[in-house]
Amino acid sequence: MLAYILRRLLWTPVLLALAAFFVFLMGTIAPGDPAELRLGNRATPERIERERERLGLDDPIPVRYVRYVAGVLRGDFGESYQYLGKPVLSIIGPRLWVSVQLNIAALLVAVAIGLPLGFYAAKRQGTGRDPAIVITILILYAMPVFFTAPFLILFFAVKLSWVPAAGWGGFFSPQIILPALTIGIPGAAIFVRHMRASTLEVIGQEYIRTAHAKGMSNFVVNYRHVARNALLPILTIMGFTLAGMFGGSLIVELIYGIPGAGRLSLDAIFQRDFPVLTAFVLLGAGMLVLANLAIDVAYTIVDPRIRLQ
Amino acid sequence: MASITQPEPAEIELPRSRGHWRNVWAKFRKRRLAFASLIIITFIYLLGIFAPVIQTHDYQATDLMRTQQGPSAENWFGTDRAGRDIYTRVVWGIQTTVIITITTFVTGSLFLGVTVGLVAGYFRGWIDAIIMRVGEVVSAFPDILLIILLAATLRPRIVEFARNVEDSTGISGLVSSGIVDYVVIGIALLPLSWFGMMRLVRGQVLALREAEYVEAARAMGTTTPRILFRHILPNVVSPIIVSVSFGIGAIALSEVVLSFFGLGVQPPRPSLGVMIGEVTARGGASVSVLRDHPEQLLAPIIVVWLLIFCWNIVGDALNDVLNPRAR
Repeated sequence: MLAYILRRLLWTPVLLALAAFFVFLMGTIAPGDPAELRLGNRATPERIERERERLGLDDPIPVRYVRYVAGVLRGDFGESYQYLGKPVLSIIGPRLWVSVQLNIAALLVAVAIGLPLGFYAAKRQGTGRDPAIVITILILYAMPVFFTAPFLILFFAVKLSWVPAAGWGGFFSPQIILPALTIGIPGAAIFVRHMRASTLEVIGQEYIRTAHAKGMSNFVVNYRHVARNALLPILTIMGFTLAGMFGGSLIVELIYGIPGAGRLSLDAIFQRDFPVLTAFVLLGAGMLVLANLAIDVAYTIVDPRIRLQ
Repeated sequence: MASITQPEPAEIELPRSRGHWRNVWAKFRKRRLAFASLIIITFIYLLGIFAPVIQTHDYQATDLMRTQQGPSAENWFGTDRAGRDIYTRVVWGIQTTVIITITTFVTGSLFLGVTVGLVAGYFRGWIDAIIMRVGEVVSAFPDILLIILLAATLRPRIVEFARNVEDSTGISGLVSSGIVDYVVIGIALLPLSWFGMMRLVRGQVLALREAEYVEAARAMGTTTPRILFRHILPNVVSPIIVSVSFGIGAIALSEVVLSFFGLGVQPPRPSLGVMIGEVTARGGASVSVLRDHPEQLLAPIIVVWLLIFCWNIVGDALNDVLNPRAR
């Protein structure tokens, strides 16, 4: 168990270094000479040559890669081309924080809708309500965010004027409601599916029958025995869902005009600001890998029967 | 010595077997929702394939006297802000989706994923280790970011290459016909499409290579490629079909997302993603366009939604029919 975690911890930096190398290569393939981009198109060839030297662009790729990784380890992702002279991290940081808040709000929505509904559907298996919930969920799951977002804006912001249509005001402002719902509803669909499946699995177990036979109340059996055990596999899914939401939030940020990471990475693409873009991809990969590791470890704590090899 | 008398081989009338795939099809057809979904998918794809025949207008003809019109006899789904016919653009957009999903699936998932999975699972050892590590690195990236990064960095290079080919060979229209866009999107979607399929096939092969009939084939001196493709592959077909039917919806959506961001199909070629992006996100005036002309969004979005929904239903049903034990 400890050996497994250690092995994973040792492999994680290697994985990230490989990911960084890939991202770095993409940056070198990317069009545009960074020196030229920084100086503008009126710079003389001599100045561009000097700038190239200053940035070390003429060094061989392995040298530049080592320098890049060394910088990343110190939290230095280079300088943005778009905002001249500003370190990438100072641009990304605040934007990333906005996206993180949005995704946490969305995850809360997904969990709050998804888990109880999945549990309910499983308990009502064999009645008409279970398939009704499942079909509804499938319909919602297939709905792309560019469908839900405009629909929610039209209905709740334009027709009813309950909430603002767009913008960003922090985690506790009403502006977060619509985007969080937009990302959270497909997420909820995933949770319903898995919660329903894992609840059904647990209900069939012998210890549930034993619990009932002992004369325990339905409430206690449901919550202490069924729900707790059914939640176990959901942990894994939560990590993947969060990662998937991060992708979905790019589109949602664009539609709602939220100044988050998605908006910035898109600008970076069109301005060819590759230092910003590569930093994003690398940070995203790092978060995903660490989240998966954390989930694996959390799993063993929640369920002591699991012995990781 | 009692000779063993061979009994005359009796002419036993076996009940006519219907065959595995006939059975699967019969079971699938009984699921009404899934069968209806399959019909809807076929219908949508046919619309796309016959786009040049069933179009009512030219997809790039603008009519500035008739912009932002509602549905009418002339323009079945109305016109967009440049006065182009939305119905025509939707069917051409479907064609784009069809071409991209089929090409990425055949090259990435079916060709690369299946072959690499067979090799990794059968040979194990260091080949398997390398393939799995590469896959792990690829799947360390958030899908959509990786796809966007690939499309953004590779597009200029590929366009440049295509221009050079045009100049040196005299073939024209390589860039303007949209072939380059398909190549860019295909390459960008590759990491998404091959790894999942590879892992699935590898897992199945790891179990099957120990099966007795494979051992028997090996003992008889059957060549390795023959074992892989004649003995093992047919037994992995069911999970492959299920995985494909789930994956097609995701691939179609990825193309729409890329085009939505302006990284996929380039104008004037229509794409469902481009059409959705034009109404919801471009030009900063999203809410006002949306408020005044939401009907422009309806046709492309319903098509995208139906495709994803129906493929999910079909995938679910196929999973039940083909893998009865996995439940």
